[in-house]
Amino acid sequence: MSLFQLLNGLTFAALLFVVASGFTLIFGLLRIVNLAHGALYLFGGYVGFTIATKLGSFTLGIMGAMAAVAVMGFALNEGLLRFVRGFELRQVLLSLGVAFVLNDMSLVIWGGDSFTVPIPEELMGGFRVFGTFYPKYRLFVLLMGILIFIGLWVLINKTRLGALIRAGVDDAEMVEAAGINIQRVFLMTFLLGSALAGMGGVMGGAFLSLYPSADSEILVFSLAIVIIGGRGSLIGVGVGSLMVGLLNTLGQVMFPELAYFVIFGPMAAILAFRPMGLFGKAV
Amino acid sequence: MSGLSRSKSPMGALVGVAVMAVGVIAPFFLSRYQIGLATQILIFGMLAMSIDILVGFTGRTSLGHGAIFGASTYVVLYCVTQAGLSPYLAVVLGIATATVLAAVFALLAVRTNGVYFLLLTLALGMIVWGICLRWTQVTGGENGLRGDIRPKALADYKDFYWFILALAALVTFGIRRFVQSPFGLTLRGIRDSDSRMRSLGYNVPLHLFIGFTMSGFFAGVAGAVYAFFNNFVSPSTVALTQSVESLLMAIIGGVGTLYGSFIGASALIALQNLVSSHTERWQSVLGITFTLIMIFAPEGIVGKFRALRAKYASKH
Repeated sequence: MSLFQLLNGLTFAALLFVVASGFTLIFGLLRIVNLAHGALYLFGGYVGFTIATKLGSFTLGIMGAMAAVAVMGFALNEGLLRFVRGFELRQVLLSLGVAFVLNDMSLVIWGGDSFTVPIPEELMGGFRVFGTFYPKYRLFVLLMGILIFIGLWVLINKTRLGALIRAGVDDAEMVEAAGINIQRVFLMTFLLGSALAGMGGVMGGAFLSLYPSADSEILVFSLAIVIIGGRGSLIGVGVGSLMVGLLNTLGQVMFPELAYFVIFGPMAAILAFRPMGLFGKAV
Repeated sequence: MSGLSRSKSPMGALVGVAVMAVGVIAPFFLSRYQIGLATQILIFGMLAMSIDILVGFTGRTSLGHGAIFGASTYVVLYCVTQAGLSPYLAVVLGIATATVLAAVFALLAVRTNGVYFLLLTLALGMIVWGICLRWTQVTGGENGLRGDIRPKALADYKDFYWFILALAALVTFGIRRFVQSPFGLTLRGIRDSDSRMRSLGYNVPLHLFIGFTMSGFFAGVAGAVYAFFNNFVSPSTVALTQSVESLLMAIIGGVGTLYGSFIGASALIALQNLVSSHTERWQSVLGITFTLIMIFAPEGIVGKFRALRAKYASKH
């Protein structure tokens, strides 16, 4: 694998990390497998695209997408999921139904064409990295991925909210018994996780482009990452994203038509030995 | 959730015979279009019933059955249109492929349960979808595979309907025998308590493996005849929508009822036809239906009816 491909793999992994970290946070704490996460990614991407083209600001696009998707997440959590609280399977299937509706609505609003989110001028062009010319924007995605990893790590390990989230992952009932309003922690996590999906949509929309089946593709990768990394573990998402991102790029280089198949291998191997994922804990 | 089947009662057998009789004479009263719909209902009813083996009798919700079903359809169409094999041989190969695919899914999935099982089957199914979409040389990519592949003996749409009706009866009988066998009882034991069955000395993973593979076999049968019905296959046949629709059919019919699958298939296909004649937003309607059922009637129509009746009976 050349340096160029290695960087492609790393930047793709960074994007996957942004999306999948939100997915696993929600899964880990709320025990909700939000299958609408892919749809939120795509929806966020479209919103970001619209704002960025209309207002000409990439930053505003990202912020708008995060806000819009957080609002959707709020509606999903407070409006629908509350009715099936405590029933794991019903929650998952309900979120799947929502994903269908959301995708169809996106299709109505933005049509079936593929869009690319315009990137700011400062990020156009490329750098020379160890003799390889590489697009600046993708390095920016890599940097953002790393920053978000650090940010989430600090949030989870060094703040009060993070302590509550960690405690909630282990035993939500005990946290509640200690006098904490766990529902509010749940909601905050849900909003944060959703916003990360929206952010990922704009970031990914600028180099992978946005089209109607993009949500399914990103959802498969997120699922694979959670299966590999384990539920609710930040390190797990990091390692999972790196594995999936690099393997997918490797697969595309070696046999482009069957690239999808490459992520199947490690997933199978890990499930055979650690059904809960590399960093997952038994419930 | 009640998984008890009451098929031992003579009433049940009588109703079965009556439904079958109506099914046999139906083509004399229906238009060609309606017979086509009825055929479609029977095929998807079989698929939904194969899912019910897992959901209703094993307590494992699969979101990968659309892929198993569609893999069989793909193989049949590929064998006939590209490899030039006879349609009968193609059907055998299609079902074999589906069964092997299900066995691979099962090998990985037996170690998981609950949400993890669902996620894993979902991810595996989507990998199949991704391959069908991208491996254009074999699968035709987005365009799919097309060809008039139905054998001459079944060329007439009424004959084909009767053939599918007979097949559906056979599959129903087979699945019923399967879930009511001692093996099926063990599966129900696993559904109710994994750990208890394990401590009683049952090999739980092996039972799950066989249950899943059998379920995949029946899904493959449905998929193979779907190739004859549709004469066309594209990635949407293996897509998540397919798995979701057929799971929804099993749920609407009531999980653990088997026959309910045909009711669920009728309801959903009727709804689909109704909706598509007014709007193109089937995906939205499907999503909303799914969401509402999850909130209000997760036990399905038949299950809801039984629950209401039980409530009524206990009052009197």
